[in-house]
Amino acid sequence: MSELPAWAAAPAAILLIVAGVLAAIGAFGLVRLPDFFKRMHPPAMGSTLGAGCVLVASILVSSAVAGRPVVHALLITLFIVITAPVTAMLLARAAVYRSERRTRERG
Amino acid sequence: MNGLLAFAVTFASLCFALALLLAAVRLFKGPAAQDRVLALDVMYINGMLLLLVLGIRSMSSAYFDMALLIALFGFVSTVALAKFLLRGEVIEP
Repeated sequence: MSELPAWAAAPAAILLIVAGVLAAIGAFGLVRLPDFFKRMHPPAMGSTLGAGCVLVASILVSSAVAGRPVVHALLITLFIVITAPVTAMLLARAAVYRSERRTRERG
Repeated sequence: MNGLLAFAVTFASLCFALALLLAAVRLFKGPAAQDRVLALDVMYINGMLLLLVLGIRSMSSAYFDMALLIALFGFVSTVALAKFLLRGEVIEP
């Protein structure tokens, strides 16, 4: 990475640092929070904004390397934006159903 | 400026590795099955981001296809596991 121009390297570096901090905070929240429904929230921070930052940095670097706009990383962004709410909703429904069934079996 | 990018790539890789480790802790410790499924989903996302950061470091576009495949398989496996927890079957008759 010696010939990369500064207009691509500086924003990519800042975006990568922001994404790393967001992912680490989200994983800490996943370990530390006490309840499952509370634990569902923090990883979404890393998987939406963190993934967006990494993908914008990837677009910047690959465009600067190729010398033309390379935007195929937008596919992953689009895919994550579509699938993250579906995953969260299905997991929350499964958790609600399982906790209700457990209380029903107890009494 | 490229030294800054090298530092940022290393820092982001270490952060994603730390996130993978913490998700693995939740995967082993999680009291219920849905905690483990959530930790697996987080591990998929963080592994995909780690692959993209490695692609930035080596400046090749080969990592992009792997990242897309990991995102795809992560979504499918998480949906299948959540459906299994919900109903007891993945594909209902």
